[in-house]
Amino acid sequence: MSAPETFMEQRTALAAKAEVRQLDFYYGDFRALKSISMPVYERHVTALIGPSGCGKSTFLRCFNRMHDLYPGNRYSGEIVLQPDNADLLARGVDPIEVRMRVGMVFQKPNPFPKSVFENVAYGLRVRGEGSRRRIEEKVEQALNDAALWDEVKDRLHQPAYNLSGGQQQRLCIARALATDPELLLFDEPTSALDPIATSSIEELIHDLKQRITILIVTHNMQQAARVSDFTAYMYLGELIEYGVTDELFIKPAKKQTEDYITGRFG
Amino acid sequence: MFTTVGIVYILVKESVVFFQHVPLALFLGDRQWTPLFDDAHFGIVVLLSGTLTSSAVALAIAIPLGTIIAIYLSEFAPFRLRESAKPFLELLGGVPTIVYGYFALLFVTPLLQKIYPGLPGFNLLSAGIVMGIMIIPYVSSISEDAMRAVPMALREGSYAMGATKLQTALRVVVPAAFSGLASAYILGISRAVGETMIVAVAAGMQPNLTFNPLEPAATITTYIVQVALGDLPHGSVGYQTIFAAGLTLMLFTLACNIAGHLLRKRFREAY
Amino acid sequence: MKPIEAPLRREIQRRKRTQTLFAALGLVALMLGVLTFAALFAEMAWNGFARLDWSFFTHFPSRRAAQAGILSAWVGSTLVMLVTAIVAVPLGVAAGVYLEEYAGKNWLTDLIEINITNLAGVPSIVYGLLALGLFVYQFGFGQSILSAGLTLALLILPVVIVATREAVRAIPQSIREGSYALGATQWQTVRYHILPYSSPGILTGVIIGLARAIGETAPIITIGALTFIAFLPPSPLKAEPPYLSFEWLFSPFTVMPIQMFNWTSRPEAAFQANAAAAGFVLVLMTLAMNGVAIWLRYRLRSRIKW
Repeated sequence: MSAPETFMEQRTALAAKAEVRQLDFYYGDFRALKSISMPVYERHVTALIGPSGCGKSTFLRCFNRMHDLYPGNRYSGEIVLQPDNADLLARGVDPIEVRMRVGMVFQKPNPFPKSVFENVAYGLRVRGEGSRRRIEEKVEQALNDAALWDEVKDRLHQPAYNLSGGQQQRLCIARALATDPELLLFDEPTSALDPIATSSIEELIHDLKQRITILIVTHNMQQAARVSDFTAYMYLGELIEYGVTDELFIKPAKKQTEDYITGRFG
Repeated sequence: MFTTVGIVYILVKESVVFFQHVPLALFLGDRQWTPLFDDAHFGIVVLLSGTLTSSAVALAIAIPLGTIIAIYLSEFAPFRLRESAKPFLELLGGVPTIVYGYFALLFVTPLLQKIYPGLPGFNLLSAGIVMGIMIIPYVSSISEDAMRAVPMALREGSYAMGATKLQTALRVVVPAAFSGLASAYILGISRAVGETMIVAVAAGMQPNLTFNPLEPAATITTYIVQVALGDLPHGSVGYQTIFAAGLTLMLFTLACNIAGHLLRKRFREAY
Repeated sequence: MKPIEAPLRREIQRRKRTQTLFAALGLVALMLGVLTFAALFAEMAWNGFARLDWSFFTHFPSRRAAQAGILSAWVGSTLVMLVTAIVAVPLGVAAGVYLEEYAGKNWLTDLIEINITNLAGVPSIVYGLLALGLFVYQFGFGQSILSAGLTLALLILPVVIVATREAVRAIPQSIREGSYALGATQWQTVRYHILPYSSPGILTGVIIGLARAIGETAPIITIGALTFIAFLPPSPLKAEPPYLSFEWLFSPFTVMPIQMFNWTSRPEAAFQANAAAAGFVLVLMTLAMNGVAIWLRYRLRSRIKW
């Protein structure tokens, strides 16, 4: 995913996993997101960057209807999920169903006060999965996919809190993976981690994107450049520029984008 | 300063009095209590059975209901309901226990007798039920505080997995708040065991070795009341028995309170 | 990787139904408390209201139910509350202020704090036993108002101390610093700043404590308050010097909850009506005191903005 020529060739094979159309979002009367429209391509990593307060986390949380948990929030516009062309913001759509298709990894690792095994199995149990064998299989697979299996296979039934920060975050990733989400959201997943843990997570994301569509918010531009295929730059609730990561970073189309990337303001 | 003196005095005083009948203390654990009554089988077990039975009934009501109310208020109830429920529950806990006793005897018992005609006028069930209702505010208030202390991040993690509110409440919040809940339950136990007037009025004060709540009985606390209502010469052995009973009670509630306190500290530190 | 299939959707619906049921259950449980209180109050009002006339408050208890009144009871309660307040407030406030302003962070302070927490959890009847052994006999105060007042003072001491500490803690450090910066001593700061600013909060705590004390039966019975008192304690005012007598402190007495207890224990329906009336008065008093305390707390919060 580096040379523009190769990319253009492959571009025709790109399918949008999700399509954002004219998305507005209101906290009460305050319009936090303004008419955002952009694609999210299947099995690629899309990064959302921008200065603090630009709305990138707000935008991310629309994808799994997290805002529904708090009163006074309102969406307008659509986020259409493929392959069934369903608008997940529609009023008739159950947020719980949305969250079963879209997973999330948070900024600070938030494992449940349970064992490692039970943390990963949580999503399955919540779905009513009864077969012990199937749960064990999926837990092992998820932990493998999160590159954590070897480190925890002997400690599956010990409390998750005993793991290190980086391990806990990978555990949260495994937890999200266990239910085979179609879209995985990462909200600044490495900002609370040290550089070694950070790079292991970035490697993980690189592996995961072959199977899952990923949308990642990061305030670290270098990370966005390392990890993503597409980047969206946001400022004050608006989508300023969207494009192929390499192109955006090397030759941004808008001056605002260029100012941010070159560090003229942050 | 003064309060340290206070508590030291309580313990010292009672043990001093007990040493006056230490020889009889050997019989404390057993059956041969000083016979205040002609019935020689008056051991502390008799009183304990009354205490245990009434407390069990009370806790069977207070713990489940108190927990459910706490979960409801902390996770489900709209803000205004929660705000008005709290002071109301405080009020419920502030009603004098003698009034609850009256209620148990003259309202609850007749009600129960309609369902179960053979029920005696004095019984542990009535007392236990009303005690349970009285204890609910204690249990629910501490439980609710414990649950509210659970960080939102944990709940979000659960919701993000597609869990419903109830699943999140039961599978994540309650386990996370566990030490706080335990401390609430222990406080409830301590309160139930130490309760006097409700049982005194509604269960009669006849010592009766039974675990059947449908019968009347005396508890450790009501025994003390009964003796105090009579006329006991100061230095007599009968007088000393109430201190023996009181010491037993005191040790138990002290243990409960210390345990509850430690648990509460633990749940505060965890977050 | 597919949209939600029917079985899963049914499962989700099922869980949502369970959730609604649970919420209903929670509401019902809450209503149980409301219902109980309403039933309690209504029952007493129903049965006792007829008895609530002037004579009820001015008559002594009597063998004849229709003529029985709570005179000795409420006078006794008032006097006991007086003693309780006089003892508990200075001790409690002093201890609270000491712990917040003067005490260091050492083992002694921890010990005291642990003791206070423990004391708060001791069953009231144990206080009665303490009082019996200590006040009534050891100190020789006898089965009197003084003993009762002291006992209840000990009982509500933790409440007063905690209320004092919280009220004092709410005062911002900047006020203290302002005072010290002007050269005031610690005592002066306490006297002129800490105490005045925390007094509404302390008052709230005191009222709540007294509301609790007024309903306490077990400890008072234990120290030997008699249940049939047909006379009043001697008046504190006398005709000859020194014009003030403390005899009343040592006289036998009864209090409201005990009177109610006595009447409740009688099988005749007429006495039960009396008990209902007494209970009604008692609950009203308790509610009123708690209400005043809550109102004070509310006023305090809205008026003082640090």
